[in-house]
Amino acid sequence: MAHGPATLADGWVKYASRWLFTTNHKDIGTLYLWFSFAMFILGGSFAMVIRAELFQPGMQLIKPEFFNQMTTMHGLVMVFGAIMPAFVGLANWLIPMMIGAPDMALPRMNNLSFWILPFAFAILVATLFMEGGGPNFGWTFYAPLSTTYAPDTVNYFIFGVHIMGASSIMGSINIIATVMNMRAPGMTYMKMPMFVWTWLITAFLLVAVMPVLAGAVTMMLMDINFGTSFFDAAGGGDPVLFQHIFWFFGHPEVYIIILPAFGVVSQIIPTFSRKPLFGYSSMVYATASIAFMSFIVWAHHMFTVGMPIAGELYFMYATMLIAVPTGVKVFNWITTMYKGSLTFETPMLFSIAFVILFTFGGFTGLMLSIAAADIQYHDTYFVVAHFHYVMVAGAVFSGTAAVYYWLPKWCGKMYDETMGKVQFWIAFIGFNITFMPQHFLGLAGMPRRYADYGLQFADWNMVSSIGAFMYGAAQILFLFNVVRTITHGKPVDKPEVWEGAEGLEWTVPTPAPYHTFEKPPQVK
Amino acid sequence: MQTSHRKLLAKLVAMAVAMFMFAVFVLPPLYDLFCEITGIGGKTDGKYEAVDVRVDTSRQVEVQFVATNNAEMPWEFYPMEYSVVVHPGESRAVNFFAHNTTGEDMIAQAIPNVLPNNAADYFHKTACFCFDSQPLAAGDQAELGLVFIIDPDLPHSVNTVTLSYTLFDITDRSELSVSQIQ
Repeated sequence: MAHGPATLADGWVKYASRWLFTTNHKDIGTLYLWFSFAMFILGGSFAMVIRAELFQPGMQLIKPEFFNQMTTMHGLVMVFGAIMPAFVGLANWLIPMMIGAPDMALPRMNNLSFWILPFAFAILVATLFMEGGGPNFGWTFYAPLSTTYAPDTVNYFIFGVHIMGASSIMGSINIIATVMNMRAPGMTYMKMPMFVWTWLITAFLLVAVMPVLAGAVTMMLMDINFGTSFFDAAGGGDPVLFQHIFWFFGHPEVYIIILPAFGVVSQIIPTFSRKPLFGYSSMVYATASIAFMSFIVWAHHMFTVGMPIAGELYFMYATMLIAVPTGVKVFNWITTMYKGSLTFETPMLFSIAFVILFTFGGFTGLMLSIAAADIQYHDTYFVVAHFHYVMVAGAVFSGTAAVYYWLPKWCGKMYDETMGKVQFWIAFIGFNITFMPQHFLGLAGMPRRYADYGLQFADWNMVSSIGAFMYGAAQILFLFNVVRTITHGKPVDKPEVWEGAEGLEWTVPTPAPYHTFEKPPQVK
Repeated sequence: MQTSHRKLLAKLVAMAVAMFMFAVFVLPPLYDLFCEITGIGGKTDGKYEAVDVRVDTSRQVEVQFVATNNAEMPWEFYPMEYSVVVHPGESRAVNFFAHNTTGEDMIAQAIPNVLPNNAADYFHKTACFCFDSQPLAAGDQAELGLVFIIDPDLPHSVNTVTLSYTLFDITDRSELSVSQIQ
């Protein structure tokens, strides 16, 4: 047992080396989860700055230049630092246990893919303290804002994006290799838990599109420093090309974020409904078709660039088509609950909220897909509200559900159910108070990414800010609950923590030992 | 490492590298080609060799000229005639005025764009200042020439064609100095 689980009692050096040099999938999963939570708090504090400034019209707290840096960094940190690593962490912890493998296929690469992440974000966040400030061009970094007009620190941003891209690619290669090569005997593809399926498909999406993002920032780097003109009209390039390349990455990226969330919810809802997942194979096919379609709808993010009518119609109908497989999934979750003997523990509450709010966000997505209407909605708070309903109520709610659901298995202790439920209701109400009014603001014409707004938008902005502070407070409670569970939680000793839980991860002892399935289980 | 892992790893790394190459070396030329074929983005073709065509005197097309300065480009830049009426097939010369109002030698590049999109393929330039970069010494001014022919095959739905030039400052990126170009 090289690098056995050294504890603090073995001394600081041994304890630090354990985490630095670990190749254990559970250790790396834990590192990913804590890192992503730290980034979630950091990105959340940026959001608090934004909402504090927007509490009232006029400029109160910060300068507009800094406001732009906050909106940009909030997006970048949340997408690349919080949500993506959180799901990679869950994958590390759970996929080997779910498919009966002793560890990930490429453990040393696993270590590398985690440990370069803190460097990427250190570089990115350090730009805030440099002359000229951090990136201020929006998380979508459209050229020429991010090339001709960018602050000098843009090169650090590019380097940071390259590192996090490399990390994601390595992480996904590892997941693909694990799932394809290391399943226990008898674990056929169509017997894999939904979480494993969604991650396998997500990993393929990542390997396909993260290099495209790397290509986009490389072209930016060339344009800024080496005199090329990929995105510069003066030299024969085209800024619209940037948008095409970015969204060719960006649209699959939003499914990279949401597919593992689908997987988590597909594990939790059957447990607390005490019924198997309804329509398992249709879930698999729906996930695969969503992944395929994500590659052919990218230009619906750019209906206002001046597209020919044929292009607008194609991207509009193709986008609407994605609602079909997504609808299949929502139908299956609801049907799983139908006539089940439901109980409403915290993970189930978050999962049900996920289904409701994600569907709501899906409907506003359908509104946005209508090319003619999108010209009105484009770049308004309606878009902001839409993608927070699918990203926060989608990805973050399901991530929170996952932590509550598997935490007892990870640390062998039960969280405080009352505190969990209180957190859920504060988060659920706070979230809706924050983002529901942003639909109204957007429809009334308030543009996104501005530090100030017209007086007619004042009331709903204040409501939205109050909701945001509530939602932020819920996350502090979440952190407190998790830490308290680890230190003072009531011990759990039976392998299946939840009465209705199915799957290999519930057959190992609780807490999950450092090494599991050294002898592969036989799956019938 | 197991052979099965190594094989899969090699395939996946190859896939990642291929996608990077696709983004950098395939997508931009593909985009240009797509715009050229469809005329989307109003990109016009390069120098046109005049062919012996009939002049379609039964039709008149109005051609409007727009001149814009990009970003902080300080030059004075405008068309000497804002609009002309031509018959398809007829060769017509017009001039643009440019004046370097600064105290420094500068080099500019004009980028053309044609609206409506479906007219871009039928707007032929036999001579254009936009084919070359334009140097102007400090305080100098110049008349920049354009000779164009509207193709007789121009769709009948198009009666007005707008040609716009955006003038970019390329002094920093040009390897030659103003006197070398002149």
